[in-house]
Amino acid sequence: MRTVEEIIAELKAIADDPKKAMEDYKKETGKGAVGIMPVYCPEEIVHASGYLPMGMWGAQKKAISKARTYLPPFACSVMQSVMELQLEGVYDNLEAVIFSVPCDTLKCMSQKWHGKAPVITFTHPQNRKIAKDAANVFAREEFKLVKEKLEDILDVRISNRAIKNSIAIYNENRAVCREFSDVAAEYAAVIKPSDRHAVLKARWFMEKSKHTALVKELIAAITATPAPEYKGKKVVVSGILVEPYDVLDIFAENGLAIVADDLAQETRNFRQDVPEDDDPLMALAKAWNEFDGCSLATDANKPKGQMLIDAVNKYGADAVIVCMMKFCDPEEFDYPILIQEFEAAGVRNLQIEIDQESTAFEQVKTRIQTFAEIL
Amino acid sequence: MEININEASSKECLAYFQAKLDEEAWEAKKAGKLVCWSASVAPPEFCVAMDIAMVYPETHAAGAGARKASQDLLDVAHSKGYNIDICSYARTNLGYMELLKQEAMTGEKPEKLATSKAAYVPLPDLVITCNNICNTLLKWYENLAKELNIPCIIIDVPFNHTMPVARHNKEYIADQYRAAIKQLEDITGRAFDYDKFLKVQEQVQRSVYWWNKVATYAFRKPSPLNGFDLFNYMALIVCARARDYAEITFHKFADELEAKDAAGQYAFGAAENEKHRVTWEGIAVWTYLGATFKGLKNVGSVMTGSAYPGLWSLVYTPGDLESMAEAYTNVYINTCGSNRYEEFYKVVSNSKSDGMVLHLNRSCKLMGLLNNEGAEYVNAKMGIPFVSFDGDQTDPNVFSQAQYETRVQALSEMMDNNK
Repeated sequence: MRTVEEIIAELKAIADDPKKAMEDYKKETGKGAVGIMPVYCPEEIVHASGYLPMGMWGAQKKAISKARTYLPPFACSVMQSVMELQLEGVYDNLEAVIFSVPCDTLKCMSQKWHGKAPVITFTHPQNRKIAKDAANVFAREEFKLVKEKLEDILDVRISNRAIKNSIAIYNENRAVCREFSDVAAEYAAVIKPSDRHAVLKARWFMEKSKHTALVKELIAAITATPAPEYKGKKVVVSGILVEPYDVLDIFAENGLAIVADDLAQETRNFRQDVPEDDDPLMALAKAWNEFDGCSLATDANKPKGQMLIDAVNKYGADAVIVCMMKFCDPEEFDYPILIQEFEAAGVRNLQIEIDQESTAFEQVKTRIQTFAEIL
Repeated sequence: MEININEASSKECLAYFQAKLDEEAWEAKKAGKLVCWSASVAPPEFCVAMDIAMVYPETHAAGAGARKASQDLLDVAHSKGYNIDICSYARTNLGYMELLKQEAMTGEKPEKLATSKAAYVPLPDLVITCNNICNTLLKWYENLAKELNIPCIIIDVPFNHTMPVARHNKEYIADQYRAAIKQLEDITGRAFDYDKFLKVQEQVQRSVYWWNKVATYAFRKPSPLNGFDLFNYMALIVCARARDYAEITFHKFADELEAKDAAGQYAFGAAENEKHRVTWEGIAVWTYLGATFKGLKNVGSVMTGSAYPGLWSLVYTPGDLESMAEAYTNVYINTCGSNRYEEFYKVVSNSKSDGMVLHLNRSCKLMGLLNNEGAEYVNAKMGIPFVSFDGDQTDPNVFSQAQYETRVQALSEMMDNNK
């Protein structure tokens, strides 16, 4: 049986080198990869084609220079990074790239692609609650277009049966990721925030059943011994993502464990399963319209604050840390509502800024250190 | 203030009807009728058919910006946690909403509200939003509905990544229209007035006809229309297209422009004062409207093209919900790049422009992030130059007059060299 450290090292190596993960997949299957731009692509359709869905979440500490020609400084940090990478040709080996467009920056990004791979764009419906039935029909039609365009580009046929099978594989992976997140909370003394992130990030670059198997192995290795007592404080994080690793290390250095997250890169993808439906594209459509708690999924009831408060209570957390992606206006709109709700519920909270490009972290360090002291 | 509409100029009508709309909203509020805050290109047809008074936060914010009143409201929004990177229309409005809310809760007018030069408008009983000009309007109106605990009608018009508009897209929007009707019946407790709805749709078409007609005067060379005037008159195509106020005013304006042209009077007076013709891409810099106008005027550049006023070219067949759906989704910035750039090209070529001025508006990612691509497309077809400047629609802290003037002068030189 491998140790916890060994399994995490394997997952971290995958998270840190997506290119190698893609090459390994190609060697093994003879098939390439399809790029998945953030956020909430019905990846199961790609998985069902036999190609590897490959997340595109920018890069850590990537200096931005070429992208400045195509994007003003007020485009968000992840998109700056994605633009830089596409101009460097990093994505040129992808068979296709799929864009969703739930924010204005993504709409524009989908129309200014400079890589070699063909782009498939689809639109999520946003009137998801009051016009739910119509939104389901619309989303299904958009997903059908994604399927047809993929079939055309990849020269494969994607059957309903294959999509159903992929949904089952993804739902199993979602369940195991939820379980891992809970185990990481229980074993906060063992699993550092950066380890937790690496395990969950690796799922973006792996065939999901392989990720599931590795995470199951990891859970078994972690829980083989009783959870040591954790003496630090516990926090819930919310935002698009928390990177680079340096930021997560600041959490650890100040005795803060991440016991749950509400990140677009992590838990928001596996908080809910895709429901059962005879029509797999309709199942994926329903999953989007039932999905809650993301700034990019419109809901005038704005349930995110209560969801975070519930997570704080469930995991006995001491606070919420809102990790604000620089220039992400959908997230910035949620913040003033969140702080009112946190205050009303007596939940302590802190906002830090996330900029993938950053190489200096003194400000985040000072804020987290001061916050940790008052907890 | 009462005026004789028959004798009044279009400019007098514009001022009169703008004030009247705010007065009517207050009268409605006092009479216990409903007031709705609406996104600028959301369909007003449903609410107006149900006798609901409409208020338009974007126009209100633009007005606040033009009257140098936005900074106070931006500060209030900032104090409530709104990041300075958020759209300044939204921040201005959310700051204003906060002051109105404080007034409603305490019975006392906060000082910033009492002294504000922004138009005084009532709080809404419901809101209606539509994302055909940005998804920011979804987030902004979510917050209004949540803060005020009121219903939110959403008309989601999905981004058209392929053109023409797909059938399932039109059907989805038409289904939402039906859902909005049901929502309004629940909110008002009354059956939807389909007869009045048809009449309102017909009125919108007449307003849009005259709005589009006015824009065509800038196609003439020399142009009797100063394009910046469209920024001012825009208030009525936004706030009153469902009423005859817009039609009356634009009809008068068109007649005035016809008479001006016949008399040999043009945007800058004599024909020879029109040295260049430019297309302006993006929203106006409301906080520096005069300065941006003068910067161009000083070098003899008449603004004859702008795609922005064309957002309200909402042409459809009354009585046909899918036709109406197509009109509201077929807004150039809600379409794929190839269509968007071609639409922009039509504006530039129809207006016989010699150059393009691109407003890189910090508040508006959707209008700004593809500016260069659109201009390069036009440049490839027409060989005309373009410049870009940094600005913002209502946040006065972003615009630099020196940078702007340098850029428009450089454009003027390039246009001279191009002749």
